[in-house]
Amino acid sequence: MTAPFDVNDDSVVVIIGTGAGGGTLANELAQKGISVVALEAGGRHLPQDYLNDEWPSFSQLAWTDMRTTSGDWRVAKDFANLPAWIVKAVGGSTVHWAGASLRLQDHEFRAKTHYGEVDGANLLDWPVTLAELEPYYDKAEDKMGVTRTNGIEGLPGNNNFKVLKAGADKMGYKDCHSGRMAINSVERDGRPACRQLGFCFQGCKMGAKWSTAYTEIPKGELTGNLEVRENAHVLMVNHDDTGKVTGVVYQDADGNQIEQKARVVCVAGNSIESPRILLNSASSMFADGLANSSGQVGKNYMRHMTGSVYGVFEKPVNMYRGTTMAGIITDESRHDPSRGFVGGYEMETLSLGVPFMAAFLNPGGWGREFTAAMDMYENMAGMWLVGEDMPQESNGVTLSDAKDQFGMPVANVHFDDHPNDIAMRNHAYKQGMALYDSVGATQTYPTPPYPSTHNMGTLRMSTDASDGVVNGFGQSHDIANLFVSDGSQFTTGGAENPTLTIVSLAIRQADYIAQQMTEKSI
Amino acid sequence: MSTNNNNEFPVEFPKGKSPSSPLMAMSRRQLLKRGAAVGSSFLVGGGFVAASTASWAVEVKGLEPQTMAALVQIARDIYPHDRFGDELYAAAVKGHDEKAAEDPAFKQLLEAGVAALNSLAQVRGHPDYLQTGWESDRVDILKTMEASEFFQTIRGGLVVGLYNQPAVWTLLGYEGSSHEHGGYITRGFDDINWV
Ligand SMILES: Cc1cc2nc3c(=O)[nH]c(=O)nc-3n(C[C@H](O)[C@H](O)[C@H](O)COP(=O)(O)OP(=O)(O)OC[C@H]3O[C@@H](n4cnc5c(N)ncnc54)[C@H](O)[C@@H]3O)c2cc1C
Ligand code: SF4
Repeated sequence: MTAPFDVNDDSVVVIIGTGAGGGTLANELAQKGISVVALEAGGRHLPQDYLNDEWPSFSQLAWTDMRTTSGDWRVAKDFANLPAWIVKAVGGSTVHWAGASLRLQDHEFRAKTHYGEVDGANLLDWPVTLAELEPYYDKAEDKMGVTRTNGIEGLPGNNNFKVLKAGADKMGYKDCHSGRMAINSVERDGRPACRQLGFCFQGCKMGAKWSTAYTEIPKGELTGNLEVRENAHVLMVNHDDTGKVTGVVYQDADGNQIEQKARVVCVAGNSIESPRILLNSASSMFADGLANSSGQVGKNYMRHMTGSVYGVFEKPVNMYRGTTMAGIITDESRHDPSRGFVGGYEMETLSLGVPFMAAFLNPGGWGREFTAAMDMYENMAGMWLVGEDMPQESNGVTLSDAKDQFGMPVANVHFDDHPNDIAMRNHAYKQGMALYDSVGATQTYPTPPYPSTHNMGTLRMSTDASDGVVNGFGQSHDIANLFVSDGSQFTTGGAENPTLTIVSLAIRQADYIAQQMTEKSI
Repeated sequence: MSTNNNNEFPVEFPKGKSPSSPLMAMSRRQLLKRGAAVGSSFLVGGGFVAASTASWAVEVKGLEPQTMAALVQIARDIYPHDRFGDELYAAAVKGHDEKAAEDPAFKQLLEAGVAALNSLAQVRGHPDYLQTGWESDRVDILKTMEASEFFQTIRGGLVVGLYNQPAVWTLLGYEGSSHEHGGYITRGFDDINWV
């Protein structure tokens, strides 16, 4: 029933990318009867194709096209061409994601108001409030089947969670549970319950975890209003001399460059590719790239303050058995400057298999200290620390001198930690290590951030057109029929994993686009 | 901007395989006829490196067999796991020999790297790297070369070459793929009772 649209059909909405933002938006628009062409750089992989094997799965799904890095973050040294862990496939990073689905807190939408001036930080309040977004959070949680919402029970806690919970109790933390997870604890929406495979990061072979690849996309296709073109790598967005966007140029699997005409273009390639596309679309009319009158395209890149702590115990934990991230402590996510930093962080269970542990525990490390840790793999518990990082104008995506396989300049990702990020990470390490110590850890390992899984802020929302790239609906300030539909819109990052908010914004944006189309404003 | 090749994400991720060849069928006596003992762990001869016990043997195609034997020891010294047999380290560095057979510059990098380690060992009064008795002495020698392309190539390759072997997973207590076993829902995902 997939709708085939003509490349010259200029009545369609073109969406670039089919991940959390693009995939959701595509289905929402299709459900409303709007014609959509979604262009996806990667191929289509479904649960039967996923591999319970870390490296082969990474090769199958991850974005490994060239990128470069700079800045003082350790990723630039250890993984110079892999700044971020992002999926290139239909479904985007929702194929690899862990499913943790949290709402941002009220004060996090108004970071500038609550945190005040922070030196070196480019803080701003969102043009959207929690109250405005709440009805859409409700819809997103229902759509994604988030546990502990809509009467859906929590997932059973695995071994890794049991250790976290025991430590939380010892530490006096009050809010610790097996998470709000977009993973079925019971059969729902035609998808089975989780069987605790432990390969959530490799694509859920059960289909128990929500991913646009096998929920939103096929639902949209069933309406007959959505065409997904896979292996269609977008190079740039075209515009006319009135300054409206008119279509998108992509290269297909056979190497043909094709222009798909469009009435509306929505960019949802994740926070590194989305600004890159707009920068690569520079023209004589828009010399600095599309939608860039503010100069903020590609700026204010955020990746969340992250780090991990692994604790070693006298007895086996087997943390890798079962759901990768179904466990959370939210007590530290409050804004409490008495800890020496603004904003807060979450503590979430995390496990890696042996292949990834070897690559990420201490990149570059070797010798007995390293292997002593690996030798205790079986007795390890793990947690991920994820908190709000400061938007800084100097952090971001620019065009590199290096070119990709299509001859287009690749993204350089620059990142320096803000002192607030460092203070928060040190606090989080201390608490995480104390937690494992409180349940008898014989060793703890404060582990550095991995290549970024949460990428945000490079095309941010702002009330004032001079401060950001898009308005509260993700519509660009400069070009009315150009939208941003992914995590790039985030004005600030909050402490919470971003995807539930990306999905909620996409549902809300679909309503707005439909209304604007009806009113003929776009 | 850095585009260095320190990147630990190789393009391909071959599963390490335990070395196997007709050599494996030979007895220690037969192997010794074709070569000589090097250090205490290895038998080395024309085109092969084997365990001194003949429990494993690898064919060597690109490198000098002596160099291959040294690489196996270097691999262990970089990631020392006393529960791992040498065959796991041999499997982890086998790819380098294959590459060296096709790429003279790469062969030169490895031969020169091992030669440099041997001279560093001799300066310290040992016959060569392999016959430097204590791990700590060998590690001191390796540390002086830590920044070199040679060392980083060997170490970087081991991250995947050593730790992506199912035999290693088993030794470390990682059970690997679980889908075909129905996940862990009835196989101990919440079985610990010590917390
Ligand atoms: C291992 C892992 C675990 C995670 N766990 C969680 C979690 O528990 N909770 C949470 O909230 N978040 C999690 N995330 C993050 C989450 O996956 C992302 O926040 C989310 O998917 C981002 O949505 P997006 O729409 O911005 O981009 P994506 O979902 O990454 O989608 C972008 C898509 O655009 C495509 N694309 C890019 N450029 C082009 C182009 N030029 N032409 C055509 N297509 C293009 C890409 O191929 C990709 O498919 C995790 C991520 C990873 C990698
Ligand atoms: S643990 Fe559950 S969600 Fe994760 S991969 Fe397995 S079945 Fe899917």
